[in-house]
Amino acid sequence: MIAVEGLRVRAGGFLLEADVVVPAGALCAVIGPSGAGKSTLLAAVAGFAPVEAGRVSAAGRDLAGLAPAERPVTLLFQENNLFPHLTVARNVGLGLRPSLSLTRPERARVDAALAETGLEGLGERLPEQLSGGQRQRAALARALLRDRPALLLDEPFAALGPGLRAEMMALVERLTAPRGIAVLMVTHHPDEARRADLAAFCALTAQGGRIDGARPAAALFADPPAGLAAYLGDAGGDLAPR
Amino acid sequence: MARRDEPVTEALPRRVALTGGAALVLLLALTLGSVAVVALRAERAGALGPADWRALSFTLRQAFWSAALSTAFAIPLARALARRRFPGRAALTTLLGAPFLLPSIIAILGVIAVWGRSGWVSEALMAAGLARLNVYGMPGVLIAHVFFNLPLATRLMLQAYAAVPPERWRIAAQLGVEGRALFRLLEWPAIRAAAPGAFALVFSICATSFAIALALGGGPRATTLEVAIYEAAAVSFDLDRAARLAAVQFAVCAAAALAALALAAPPAAGFGVRLCVERWDGRGRAARAADALALALAILFLALPLAGVAARGVAGLGALTGAAGAAVWAAAGRSLAVALGSTLLTALLALPLAALVAALDRRPFAARLAEAGALTPLAASPFVIGVALFVVLRPVADPAALALPLTALVNAAMATPFAVRILAPAIRDAEADHGRLADSLGLSGWTRTRAVHVGRLRAPLGFALGLAAALSAGDLGVIALFSRPDAPTLPLLMHLLAGSRNVDAAFGAAFVLTGLAFALFLGFDRLGRGR
Repeated sequence: MIAVEGLRVRAGGFLLEADVVVPAGALCAVIGPSGAGKSTLLAAVAGFAPVEAGRVSAAGRDLAGLAPAERPVTLLFQENNLFPHLTVARNVGLGLRPSLSLTRPERARVDAALAETGLEGLGERLPEQLSGGQRQRAALARALLRDRPALLLDEPFAALGPGLRAEMMALVERLTAPRGIAVLMVTHHPDEARRADLAAFCALTAQGGRIDGARPAAALFADPPAGLAAYLGDAGGDLAPR
Repeated sequence: MARRDEPVTEALPRRVALTGGAALVLLLALTLGSVAVVALRAERAGALGPADWRALSFTLRQAFWSAALSTAFAIPLARALARRRFPGRAALTTLLGAPFLLPSIIAILGVIAVWGRSGWVSEALMAAGLARLNVYGMPGVLIAHVFFNLPLATRLMLQAYAAVPPERWRIAAQLGVEGRALFRLLEWPAIRAAAPGAFALVFSICATSFAIALALGGGPRATTLEVAIYEAAAVSFDLDRAARLAAVQFAVCAAAALAALALAAPPAAGFGVRLCVERWDGRGRAARAADALALALAILFLALPLAGVAARGVAGLGALTGAAGAAVWAAAGRSLAVALGSTLLTALLALPLAALVAALDRRPFAARLAEAGALTPLAASPFVIGVALFVVLRPVADPAALALPLTALVNAAMATPFAVRILAPAIRDAEADHGRLADSLGLSGWTRTRAVHVGRLRAPLGFALGLAAALSAGDLGVIALFSRPDAPTLPLLMHLLAGSRNVDAAFGAAFVLTGLAFALFLGFDRLGRGR
């Protein structure tokens, strides 16, 4: 479970206020205009943005004061998740321990994670030899080995085409739901937000942005608040859940 | 990015072709023409003598060690600056850009104030009952070169750090990768990418060292090629030997400049390195101590000479009275005139050249050729050009009577590569953004230039001309070759004063010269930014 309660994060003149709870095994999409602070929310949970007020917890643990590496959290970005001069297997192996030497059983676990994400046999390649989708699969494989109860995805599939995006969404659901991992995913694609379990709208405010809790995605899109309806534009009415 | 999908074979605008072509021919005459003059003359001069070989050997050795030490010390300094946040850090990274503008004679005085026979270090050693330091020769040359080039090498490495995508630092922090593992994972690849370029650039700068080697070198064993050329041409009036040495100097310079260009951007490119990435590693005591040590040593090493010049300069201002004072102010006036003339010449050379390079964008080979022509001054050292001008002009005119205009001309040639490198991308960008719009509106000539380029070029032009003005005002190079002692520029006068008994006046003049160089740079830069 990821719980964000009464969070206030300030960056320069920008203020993000957020309340979101994501139960274990659920996927919550955060959607909204750029500049409203969606990524700031993830940075605050992962320990990369200083929290001014409020409480952030994951799997029941209060995260205040924990260094990024100590948090029960994995964060993935849209790109640059892999280190370019390390092989895919070594990149994934970093999820087991932050050095580059692995034991034989650990190497077997790396291979298993690669197989589970559809990268069997690609471990010895360099990231540049993979496609964009395959690189994100490798980043997900590393997240699996890290085995943290919370997964944060910052527009992870924005650079991919629609078909591939749907495929990757399905992969994330398949990997996380059975393990009880709570997923918080930032996106600007309504189709991704729609198929999530929960969705939260990040609205622009005078001072910055605000997130007022998550609702079941179907319910949110069936009856969008004014800000979300405006953000979705015409597409909002036509693309109601089928 | 809009991509041109159809091959466009627009004719090169005639104005650009004519002015750019003229500037290119003039610049090539100054550089390749000088090399030809020098080579023809050197052919008569016979083989290298033992003194020539010594000068070549010292030039290469001091350039190698200057480059090696600057690059090696830059690694811990860049590492500390990249991962630490502390008050004054922004000021410190800005200061790393200052030595590029600092006249070399100031650094020389600073090194003398700290490391000289009666400098602070010597006084401290005396107080401790030890002997005074004697840094003249290789040590003094290396100290001054590292003082100048450590900041440059550090800036190049900070650029490499800044090129690492910020996500990677976060991923590493999340994975708990720290210390040596993080160094291997992210830092070493960045450093390894920047170090060869930094080494080559510092080597090529130090290979043409004149003022520092002249003032801090010691006798025939520590003489660079540039100093040997100066002595042959201006002291012993042996133009054949000067030409012979100039030919060798050109070979060294061209090789070093080619290596530097292949491996690194020119030094002016890395002026404003901004590092906004926050870091989460290095919280351990050992890492903090290592960074604190690197920063403290670097600040001491870089700031002490400046403090030394400032301290003795304040005292020396009192010496700027009477005849010495009048001479300093007259020399300052000459330096200002040379700097402004050189700045104008730089603009006249660099603007058409940059426009030509940018306009040839669609013919990559021709563009590269034009750009290579604009960069030839990096391969021909100031003294190669100076000796050639001397050889050509002496039958028809007295070079000494033309000392100031010739200095301005050579300074402008040396500043042109930087200016072109700064201006050409700006012209190219402006053209890419609004060139087609202007064409579709039927704009041409000056109207088109005004609509597309003027607003966009102001800031880079101000910056480039500020660099040119400051470099020229502080230059102590070919002026020594041409000038009679009775009409020196300010840097030359300071060199003469420092070698005479009136060292105080030299330090006093340091204040005036530093003020002049930085005021010129800031003035032009502000003008460009519309403030």
